[in-house]
Amino acid sequence: MPALIDLFLEGRRVPHHGPCVRSIVDPAVWSFTAGQLAEGHWTLLGLWGETGTVHMALLAESTREMGVISLECPEGRYPSVGQRHPPAIRPERAIHDLFGLEPENLPDLRPWLDHGHWGTLRPLGSGQPAPPVSPYAFLRADGPGLHQIAVGPVHAGIIEPGHFRFTANGETVVRLEERLGYTHKGIEGLMTGAGLDRAAQLAGRVSGDSTVAYALAFSRAAEAALRIGVPPRAVWLRALMAELERMANHLGDIGAICNDAGFALMHAHCGVLRERVLRAGEAAFGHRLMRDRIVPGGVATDLHPEGIAGIRALTKTIGRKFPRLIDLYDNTASLQDRTVGTGVLKPELARQYGAGGYVGRASGRSFDARRTLCYPPYDSLRFDVPLLSAGDVDARVWIRIREFEQSLSLVKQILDELPDGPVRGDIAEAGEPREGMALVEGFRGDVLVWLRLAGDGTIDRCHLRDPSWFQWPLLEAVIEGNIVGDFPLCNKSFNCSYSGHDL
Amino acid sequence: MRNFLFEGLIRPPLTERPPAPSDTAIDELAAALDRAVRKRLGRSLSIRAVDAGSCNGCELEMQALGNAFYDIERFGIRFVASPRHADVLLVTGPVTRNMREALERTYEATPDPKWVVAVGGCALDGGCFAGSYAVVGGVSEVVPVDLHIQGCPPSPTDLLKGLLALLEQVRT
Repeated sequence: MPALIDLFLEGRRVPHHGPCVRSIVDPAVWSFTAGQLAEGHWTLLGLWGETGTVHMALLAESTREMGVISLECPEGRYPSVGQRHPPAIRPERAIHDLFGLEPENLPDLRPWLDHGHWGTLRPLGSGQPAPPVSPYAFLRADGPGLHQIAVGPVHAGIIEPGHFRFTANGETVVRLEERLGYTHKGIEGLMTGAGLDRAAQLAGRVSGDSTVAYALAFSRAAEAALRIGVPPRAVWLRALMAELERMANHLGDIGAICNDAGFALMHAHCGVLRERVLRAGEAAFGHRLMRDRIVPGGVATDLHPEGIAGIRALTKTIGRKFPRLIDLYDNTASLQDRTVGTGVLKPELARQYGAGGYVGRASGRSFDARRTLCYPPYDSLRFDVPLLSAGDVDARVWIRIREFEQSLSLVKQILDELPDGPVRGDIAEAGEPREGMALVEGFRGDVLVWLRLAGDGTIDRCHLRDPSWFQWPLLEAVIEGNIVGDFPLCNKSFNCSYSGHDL
Repeated sequence: MRNFLFEGLIRPPLTERPPAPSDTAIDELAAALDRAVRKRLGRSLSIRAVDAGSCNGCELEMQALGNAFYDIERFGIRFVASPRHADVLLVTGPVTRNMREALERTYEATPDPKWVVAVGGCALDGGCFAGSYAVVGGVSEVVPVDLHIQGCPPSPTDLLKGLLALLEQVRT
């Protein structure tokens, strides 16, 4: 296997791409890379398009190298990566829907985000008028005794819309096929031409539960493009918000998974702790979800003096209450009966798909952007990256529990070591096109943002890749052979984002 | 588990109750909502949540209504699993073109009398997503809306206030 840097040297290096390399390659190198991905070298971080070009972000986990290769395709076609490396199938279908670029030999060219309601074909490409809608062809599963169950897009709980098509034999799921794209808002289309402020606002609304992670990833990508630093205090405050967001979401998830297993007591207690985290966030930063607080150049609001006391009180309360909740989870046999051995994700699949977050780390993939890429201030903080290999619902609960404990410790460390000083720096226009990329660890996994700024500082192209892109397909694999009644449990243990995926 | 249940019996509730008439807005709201709900619907109001394309921020705060601090069920308000059981549709998000039909069909499946509450800035006019090729706009572009609750996202307290306003409107 060649080193990633050798791959980039094969192509023409693009100037002003930070902090890593982007290289324009020929179709042979592009196809070679697809083959390497298929053989398990490197991890596909993202695959996106723009008019006349496709881009692929790659990671070499062993050497912590990251970079982008691009292929110009003036004919509107490119060698499919998905035909050899399945994680690329859905991104390639999405690129086809949005830009009309055709992945050659991709076995599945059904529309993905385009449900035929936009009134236009290839809205970010040529934008032709749309033909009449034809029904979506779900994959077939034939055999005696099989029946289909259609669920969604409007679901029973307070959750996002998506469609699940189950084929079952009695209670046992033979095949699940997801159909997503219902919440597609055209965010990447809105990004183009937007100023940095508006673009940061849009980024913070890609997936509401990860608003801090997205604002952070976007800001870091913009700062990498403009080669500007951020005041030290802002760096630490960003991490404080990121860890509070992780804690709130993990609490919500642990409770909700137990609730879906019929154990409402955990849900009630986790809900109380989650509310306390949100209230501490509001007292400290003026917003329960800390939305629009991270901006390119720093943070929009400094930590409120009373907020510090509030967060310290919160860590004490949680330190007292959380261990007892974990005992409750660990010692309730009827609950474990539902979570242990349910929805097993094999480590090979987690690795192949580069599954981030608790989905990957419960199935033996130890990647955590905070540790592997060591972006500040995590280079000077002490924390573990918990890892399990069982891959079942139970393991995904335990990873959240252990990560929650780590985040609690990180919050304390950040408060102890928080530097003084300004929280926001100036942003100067570059006067020339600049590109940047950032990978940030959200609660759900790594969020990727890649962008190109025009000379006047507006967004020329911005791609935001949710961790869910590489987790949703695995849910289909995980549910196979489980009973229909365990689907909510498996689904909640993944807790993929619909909005983050649909964009 | 026994300890948890036992403590639940002896500890005071976390639920924020109305101590005096002129206390916080949420507590005033609690009493008024209770009266109004009882008059119109005999102590119960069933809500069906529909995400018509939101970023899921509004959903998080709607879920929070069920926690011990807000405990929305004490007012007889509950979230139901089907529009056929609902009195109120709580709709979030800019309505995406891909969700338009699902929203219309959910509305049609809800029996009369019914009310629609549009939750969040996006549900008012599309918010920061207005003008996109993939977005219809606010909820009122697709189904008649009785009330907008603003915020990005509205806090659980804002949501409670909004539901009260709806009930006042319904009563007159």
